Formats: sequence, C-alpha cells, structure tokens
Amino acid sequence: MHGDPNLYDFWPYRDRPKITWPGGKKVAFWVAPNIEFYELDPPGNPSRKPWGRPHPDVVPYSARDWGNRVGHWRMMDVMDECGVRGSVSLSVAMLDHHPEIIRACVDRDWEFFSHGIYNTRYSYGMTEAQERAVIEDSIRSVQDATGQRIRGYLAPALTHTERTLDLLAEYDFWYSCDLFQDDQPQPLKVKGDKRLISMPYSLEVNDVITYGVYHQSPRAYADTLMRHFDQLLEEGAETGTVMCIPLHAYLVAHPHRIGPFREALRYITGHRDDVWVTTAKDIAQFYLSSHYDQTLADIEARGCARPGTGFNPAPSGQAQGDRS
Amino acid sequence: MSTLPESYLTYPHRHAGPDHAHYPAAPLPERPAIRLPGDRTLGLWVVVPLEFFPLNPSGQPFKAPGAMQTPYPDLRHYTTRDYGNRVGAYRLLTLFGKLGLRATFAIQGAVAERYPALVRDVVADGHAVCAHGWDTDSLHHSALPADLERSYIDRTLDALSAVTGRRPDGWISPARAEGFQTPARLAAAGIRWFADWAHDDLPTAFHTEAGDLTALPLSNELDDWQILITHARPEQEWVTQVSDAADWLLAEAAAQSSPRLLTLTVRPYVSGLPYRVKALRDSLANVLKRPGCGSVSPDDITPG
Repeated sequence: MHGDPNLYDFWPYRDRPKITWPGGKKVAFWVAPNIEFYELDPPGNPSRKPWGRPHPDVVPYSARDWGNRVGHWRMMDVMDECGVRGSVSLSVAMLDHHPEIIRACVDRDWEFFSHGIYNTRYSYGMTEAQERAVIEDSIRSVQDATGQRIRGYLAPALTHTERTLDLLAEYDFWYSCDLFQDDQPQPLKVKGDKRLISMPYSLEVNDVITYGVYHQSPRAYADTLMRHFDQLLEEGAETGTVMCIPLHAYLVAHPHRIGPFREALRYITGHRDDVWVTTAKDIAQFYLSSHYDQTLADIEARGCARPGTGFNPAPSGQAQGDRS
Repeated sequence: MSTLPESYLTYPHRHAGPDHAHYPAAPLPERPAIRLPGDRTLGLWVVVPLEFFPLNPSGQPFKAPGAMQTPYPDLRHYTTRDYGNRVGAYRLLTLFGKLGLRATFAIQGAVAERYPALVRDVVADGHAVCAHGWDTDSLHHSALPADLERSYIDRTLDALSAVTGRRPDGWISPARAEGFQTPARLAAAGIRWFADWAHDDLPTAFHTEAGDLTALPLSNELDDWQILITHARPEQEWVTQVSDAADWLLAEAAAQSSPRLLTLTVRPYVSGLPYRVKALRDSLANVLKRPGCGSVSPDDITPG
C-alpha cells in the first residue's frame, strides 16, 4: 500500500502557462449525466456492501430505477433546451436493460464513457484479468450498440485498484474522471508511452454530494453551481478552466429540484462568448493535441517532476509515508 | 456482574480550578486587557492548515477529520484533499493578497517535504508560518513512545526550517490531538506558542514541566469544517455567523475595554473551492471593514 498514488505531479495553481479553449473561450463546460443501473440482488464484495438493508432494499433500489423511468427524460429536456450535449457516465449494462434511453442519447449525439458494468459491481479485489474483462466489455458493448469508441472512464462507484489507470492508458483511453485534484486537465503518470489525462469531474458540485452529503436545498444547489461557474470564469481569463456538472437524474430530476437546476444551466450556458459548451472527449482531444506537452514542460521547469508512474515505484523521499 | 472498585468514588483532583496544573481558573471578565497592534479592538486571526492525507492511513489511534474513508485506494478523498494544496491554497493566497490580510499557515512537515514550492509561495506572500505536525496520520497521543513523539516534533520543525530558513516557534497538532506529555515536549523543543486547546477567547499562559507556553485561542465552532462540513450549512449562513461573531466581540470589547480576537480556521480543500472562495471573501471583508478591526498574527498576540 502506498501513501501517495504518484499518479500526477504537484503543479501549483499560480503562473501556469495559459490554456485557451477553442474560439478563445475561458471555461470548458461539460455535463456528465450518470446513466446507471443498480442491481436488486447483486453479489457481495468483501470490501463493500451494495445496499444498507438486507436485499431487496427496495426504497433506494426503486429510487434509482425512477431515474431510468422518469428522471432521465426530464433531465434530457432541460439539457436540450440549454443546448448541452451530455457526456454519459454509463453503467454499460444499461445498453441491455434500457436501450430506449441509449437511443435517446444517441439521437442527441451525446458521448458515452464507461462507468463500469453495474454500479453495484465494485473494482475492489478484482484480478487483472477481471479488470481487463470489464474494460474490454465496456469498449466492445458501447461500440456494438452505438458505434462509438469510448475514450473516458469513471470507475464504478468510484472504486479502483492500483492498476486501473495503467490499464486505461493501455486500452487507448484518453481521459479518466477518477481524480479530483484540479480544475484543469493534467497528464497522468501511467505505464507505457500512451497519453492519459485527468479530466476535472468536479465531485464537489455533483448532485449526489449536494443532496446526499451536504443536504442542501435545490435552490442552494443552483446558487452553488452559479458561484462555482463565476469563479472558474474569472480565473479562466488567465488560463482556461474546466467545469463539469456530474448529475444523477434520480436525484436532480425531481419536480422540486429540476426547476432551480434549469435556472443554473441557463445562466451558465447563457455566457456564450466565454463558455465552450462541449463534451469530455472533445476537451480531452483538444488538450492532448494543444496543451499536454506544455503542461509537462511547465511541471519539469518548476522542478516538480518526480520519477515513476502510478503506484510504481513509490517516489523517492516519500518512503516514510508508505506502510506496506 | 462485576462491580466498581471503591476508588471509583474517590476524587483526587476535586479542588478549585481545573483538574490539571496547566492553568488556573480565570474568568474572562476579570482578565487584564490585551493590547493589539494599532490599538485595535478586534483582531482577526486566520489560520490555514496545509495538511497531507496519506492514501494508506493507519487510522491510529483514530482517523483524523478529512482522512480516507473508502477502501484502499481511496483516490476520491486523496485527490479532493490534494486539491487544497495544489489549487485551493493558491486561491486563498490570491484572496488574502487582495484583502491585505496576513494569515498564519499551519504547515505539516510532509507538506514542506513534498511541496516546498507551495511553502515558499506562502512565505514570499508575507504570511506567518507555524508547524502542524508531520502529517494527518502521525497523531500525537499518550500511548506514543516518547522518542517517537519527539521525532514527530523535531522532524516537522526540521522540514519546515529546511524550506523557510526559520525554525517555527508555533505549533498546532494534527487534528489538534495531544497526549498528556505533548505540551511539555513542545516546550522542550523550543515551541513558544501552540493552539490545540480551545479553552479561552484570549491568549493564556500554559504551564508545562519543561517551561511555559502561550496557548492561543482558536475556535472549533466557527471554522469551515464545523459549519460547512459537519453542520452542512450553506455558505451564506457561514458568512452570517462570522458577521454575528464580529458584532458581538466588538460590542464586548467596547463594554469591557478589552480587545477581543476572532479566530477562524479555513482549509484550502474546503474554503478554497470555486463556489466557496467568494463566501470566504465576504466573511473576511465584512470583519475587516469594521472600525477597529484588523488581522493579527501570533507574534502580535504572544507575549514576548
């Protein structure tokens, strides 16, 4: 076990080289609807219980199924109105369970990335072969159903192994949404010579955090989103920032919540001159071709570059932080 | 059923004042007035912890607030905490620069070792620095062997002086946790003031076997973690609570002709988020704009 994952280098948020998004925009804005499936009776994982009560835990299960029957449709209407294409964080089994929702996403030209097979199957304890199987299933299934080659990943229920990010790079993924260390993308230190970046996913403005952890009101959430945006827009004049709103229709699309959310989305997307309303894949593609090398050079020039890759080996000078 | 021994009803420290020898009882209204620079009536002391949260904490003897929560590797909490040192701290530095506020950065040894550039930026911006222990998983407690506790202290002070060129004389323990011997060991290591105890609104003398320390007040009730995370209140309510505190303290300072301190801990990974930093700005600006208010640093409020 490592005290420091060593997946990226320290990179102070002061005097960074300028990122300018396409069209001279200051904020790259994307929305990540989590389109998930939670199983009624999933197998156990020794590291984490899927549900709080004995199976079937019908209240939280059905609350999530409500998203797949009611919530997504309402959320899609709001996103359509504001001209936002979703970057879907997909439980890949949704392709089988609810093809009608997948078709609606495809019709809207939304992007898909993998969020595991089910949000009730965790990565803890997976062998390398099992983790590869999940990734290969994700790539193949989305390709077969939609024609899209997925380029992004968010581990199911934010559960990882030490090898997750190395595998993503090996399978030609471009970005990972698993790390929350920054408001700008950053190269990740993975094995091999493939390029993988961290994509800001803004966990703190995730509706799960707002409603499930901070217990805020819908209007307070809308206010939070607008203030978050204002700050990133102000800073984006110096160097381009990324804002993501991760969503779960089973939370945000309730009738008492969706209205204030729509106000926030209208506010943000109304800044057409300054905001690049886009998808994670397009941000990644642009960053990889235009700013990846610039970031690495800046980290090197500041003397912040450390040897090694994620979990391999531990960075020198930090051995005391490691308790194996 | 087992019974309690007779000694359970003996009370060896049942006497006037606290049940320890660190300080006597001293009611606030009878306290001699302190003097703040510029004869201010309210001093704002802002403390910014710079902490390292290892991905593999032992969690002994307890898990520090903010430590990892999900099974290893908890990249979610590791990276949200690391956000504070990479991004949030710089947002706070920018804000303090605009307000002309001198804050006190409580820096862990592991941060100085890992992120010396951040520590140099804090010093270059003119802020005060104190030590904050080694990391959030190197907690001070009574079962810690004496040599190990001393090495936590020395290593931290060494790591900070290696980057800043100055050995800190102030200390806040990780998670503000101590063992019975911690204050004496801090005094023996050359520490002059510390701020783990929350027993007062003003600086007090704190006696230890190895000499006296100054205990600086530092509220646990108004900081960003307590209001925004533990109580999960909206940012605007935090702004209001800070403002109410300033109103009360100013009135009390005038009524008792005794300056007061408003103490506020702000964590980069909490207050330094994009949607919170303006709320912090409003809080601090609200306090500082009042007549007789200004920011203070430990040297201003620690008797020489």
